[in-house]
Amino acid sequence: MEQANRQIDRHPLLARYRPAPGVSDELFDRSGAMRPVWQPFVETFLQLSPEEIAQRFERGDQYLRDAGVYYRRYSNDPLTEREWPLSHIPVILHETEWDRICDGLAQRADLLESVMADLYGPARLVSDGHLPPELIAGNQHWLRPMVGVPPRGGHYLHFLAFEIGRSPDGSWFVLGDRAQAPSGSGFALENRMATGRIFPESFPRDYIHKLAAFFGDFRTALEDLAAQGHEGTRRAAILTPGPANDSYYEHTYIARYLGLPLLEGEDLLVENGQAMVRTIEGPKPLGALWRRMDAGFADPLEFRPESHIGTPGLMEAVRLGNLAMANALGAGVLETRALMAFLPKISRVLTGQPLAMSNIATWWCGSASEREHVRKNAASMMIGPAMAVDLPFDLDATTALGGEFRAPAQDSIAQWLEGEGAQLVGQEAVTLSTTPAWRDTPEGGAVQPCPMTVRVFAGRTADGWHFMKGGYARIGPEGDTTALSMQRGGAVADVWIVSDRPVPPITLASPPGAEFRREKTGILPARAADNLFWLGRYIERCEDAIRLIRAYHLRLAATGSANDPRLERMAEFLKSSGVDVTDPIPEALIARLDAAQFCASKVRDRFSTDGWLALKDLAKTARQMTQTARAGDDTARAMGVLLRKITGFTGLVHENMYRFAGWRFLSIGRALERADAMAALLIQFTDEDAPEGSLDLAVEVGDSVITHQRRYRVRTNRDTVVDLLVLDADNPRAIIFMINGLRAILDELPKAQVDGRPGPILRALMPLRTDLSVAEPSEITIKYLSELRGRLYQVSNLIADQYLR
Amino acid sequence: MRYEVKLKLTYAYDAPSDHARNLLRLVPCDISGVQLVRSRLLQFDPPPSERHDSRDFFGNVLTSVAWHRPLAEIGVMLTAQIDRDAASASFDLSGPLTGLADEIAQQRDLGPANPHHFLGASRRAGPDPAMTDFARAQVQPGMTTYQVITAIGRALFGEMRFDAAATDVDTPAAEAFSNRHGVCQDFTHIMISCLRGIGVPAGYVSGFLRTYPPPGQPRLEGADAMHAWVRAWAGVDMGWVEFDPTNNQPAGEDYITVGYGRDYDDVPPLRGAMRGAGGQQSAQAVDVLALE
Repeated sequence: MEQANRQIDRHPLLARYRPAPGVSDELFDRSGAMRPVWQPFVETFLQLSPEEIAQRFERGDQYLRDAGVYYRRYSNDPLTEREWPLSHIPVILHETEWDRICDGLAQRADLLESVMADLYGPARLVSDGHLPPELIAGNQHWLRPMVGVPPRGGHYLHFLAFEIGRSPDGSWFVLGDRAQAPSGSGFALENRMATGRIFPESFPRDYIHKLAAFFGDFRTALEDLAAQGHEGTRRAAILTPGPANDSYYEHTYIARYLGLPLLEGEDLLVENGQAMVRTIEGPKPLGALWRRMDAGFADPLEFRPESHIGTPGLMEAVRLGNLAMANALGAGVLETRALMAFLPKISRVLTGQPLAMSNIATWWCGSASEREHVRKNAASMMIGPAMAVDLPFDLDATTALGGEFRAPAQDSIAQWLEGEGAQLVGQEAVTLSTTPAWRDTPEGGAVQPCPMTVRVFAGRTADGWHFMKGGYARIGPEGDTTALSMQRGGAVADVWIVSDRPVPPITLASPPGAEFRREKTGILPARAADNLFWLGRYIERCEDAIRLIRAYHLRLAATGSANDPRLERMAEFLKSSGVDVTDPIPEALIARLDAAQFCASKVRDRFSTDGWLALKDLAKTARQMTQTARAGDDTARAMGVLLRKITGFTGLVHENMYRFAGWRFLSIGRALERADAMAALLIQFTDEDAPEGSLDLAVEVGDSVITHQRRYRVRTNRDTVVDLLVLDADNPRAIIFMINGLRAILDELPKAQVDGRPGPILRALMPLRTDLSVAEPSEITIKYLSELRGRLYQVSNLIADQYLR
Repeated sequence: MRYEVKLKLTYAYDAPSDHARNLLRLVPCDISGVQLVRSRLLQFDPPPSERHDSRDFFGNVLTSVAWHRPLAEIGVMLTAQIDRDAASASFDLSGPLTGLADEIAQQRDLGPANPHHFLGASRRAGPDPAMTDFARAQVQPGMTTYQVITAIGRALFGEMRFDAAATDVDTPAAEAFSNRHGVCQDFTHIMISCLRGIGVPAGYVSGFLRTYPPPGQPRLEGADAMHAWVRAWAGVDMGWVEFDPTNNQPAGEDYITVGYGRDYDDVPPLRGAMRGAGGQQSAQAVDVLALE
């Protein structure tokens, strides 16, 4: 063993791996020997050539890019997405050590539940002097409407995360508790997927505990919490603040992974104290929400009145005991930094036991003796707001570290403490352990020791807290092991919990021993249907504009002048829908692509990753073209590129998307838009004073040139063009083809028939279809087409009224 | 004194909406030794699809109503009879301001009357350097807490100009203070901020005020308005006292309390949410009739 260690030690990739003195290291123990739990991995890793390492890392990164994993951070533009910063080398811990960590955290989770029940119940911790009243009464996360409201199902807390670190003596400690809306568990899953691409070898892979069981157990627990005597009729769902949130990607990912509906505030309504989802079939009751939205935003009537992302009445549903929240509204108070100062004592008071795992040493400066202690030891402390709920290393400008203010400051620290004591808290400036991370240096890539913290996830189930056997590690930059270093971003890593024996595989897709069961495709919220409907419309609108712009520039290239009457008519037609062709890539086209992408971003949980990436790529390409495209042939070619990309997207959607209700709304939007655009085109290009060549243009924009040649064998005239583009039920571009398609889709929707008779939508559509199927081309006048547009508009409104509100 | 209070609120919406929900704090409740509510009736037009009555954290009557159908207009009607006790001559039982912090520290509970709720910043009122300086300037050595409360209220009355058009419901207290104008809500938030700035717990009271027509003129029906004033904690022995900075007087027999809170946001008479609504117009008519 000793010998093996030496060899590994001398390996060039590890040659510069020198943990700092006085710091714990995950890879090497205090004597400099490699920890046994790392050896299988390290032996495999060190056999790789630098090229192989680079290839494998790239494989992991490519997976993340393909999966569309991104995050948002410190950006003024809410739609800026950043590449996922994976540190490719996992953190490795033995299951025995992990079990000990989880035992300690299970005790802490129970303690937090008791504190929560007290703070929203009798508040004895305050009246008995174990918590200062100002810490709660002055806390914006302690929500008064929740006082005296028992949680449905009996528990306040259902999903917790703990940020832990390892101190120099090797023991673990808690840096922070996450109870408001803990994030990271979905990112942990993605890190695992990526790491699996990098290290696919069955050894050590088979010895690593899987993550799926944790999620499966928690989903079952949530569904039970939702049901509570209403089996089958009360659903569980995930509540998200929406795409502007920095972990929205994770919300969509977990929703897809667990098969739970992802809802925003406007998807919900409360009727008679019951929370309901607005679906295309009407309101459906909900029993539990996994809340990823901060409680203050959840209900504008009872919390922040300015919240536009909440649901009026949600608190009332909770108050009447009809809705369980994971976690309960108001759980954010448990994240208060100053609470850490009192938890060790509270643990002994409430449970008679000391904390099994200590938390970061904390002193609340509202009491004279603790204030004095912080003043004397300011050089080794982080001093910041007592009520802050971020993690200790998320320091802001109002913090002092090591006796120095972070921002050009006020008075001296002593005066600060004296003046604002009760608002301040001192925390030990802790040192973290280091773990191997890959660093590219001028001398080549190498493994270096970097500080880390690990986020551990716990979910409440029928038989107590279950912990994810894995975690979400944050890796700081090398060379600085104070907790503060974590603030500078850095990277994230997978956490492997390794067993001595192979671990049986479990996936969420096929629980062991479960019978085959085809899940219902679930509910479709009206808002999701609305976004899919508009996505269909915008995509079609883009495609239509692209074809027109291409036709315009082809002719411009041929004539060399924009003064040609056909070109003038085209420019005028485009202008009427806001597209200005004097720009080769008109701003209106970019805006439509953005609108399509925005609609898609609101339904990402219902969308294939490939489809999403194709759409992003389309918008990006168009934006790049604005820099380069020149009028004429060049723009015509550019439009050809966009056309192929957009049909790539629609192909992905229409070929591969499951025919559930959501797909139907996308198709309805597309069909309505296409029929309307065709009618508008024909009004403009088939009227009597249209310039020479307009009919050919209509056929070209209608993508039907070849069909026209084959079917009519004559030059275009008004009758052949109208016949082909309006009345030909076999031409996928013809209006009647769209109407027939609409009819078939609308028939499939809920409540299409009322009491065995066609409902209002079908009643509006069916005469349209009858009229068109018996009409002669000569009857399709400009007036007829205008009226047709009006009737389509009416159908669209009826669809919106019935399904999309 | 026995009063009859009549209030009518109307809201007209530009675009009818399919779901409306409102939360109201309009109904006075019994306050031991202060007021007794003999009858109360809160009605809506059109009648709501659902209604729940409860009490909020501060003990105020909370009425939740919703309509599950399109609405163009909502009317809210309150009729209540209240006996308001004559204010007893108030002896100053408070200690010196310098001892108040210790008295606050002894209040170790989270009940709704605990001064700790009313000390720090709340959403609409809280310590602010300019207002704290103003408050400090009113404090003379040796003053009791009650004297300080009254002195600050009187100073604000002298300094501020009542102007019904200068501010709206969302104007921040600091802005109204720097312009030295506003309505009762502004006066109240400013006085709360002044008091909290020097360590005196202070909160917001919403309610009704009996008004007197100018001599020789008849009462104008519906011309009264809802009112707001300050509640401040003057120590263990004296407890909560109420002062109206808009009218420069302690809140006595002419005052009927509807709600207590840290600031306006805890006691808005009506907070509503409407789905897909455009603009709205509202009107308020209040009568406070002295019956005997």
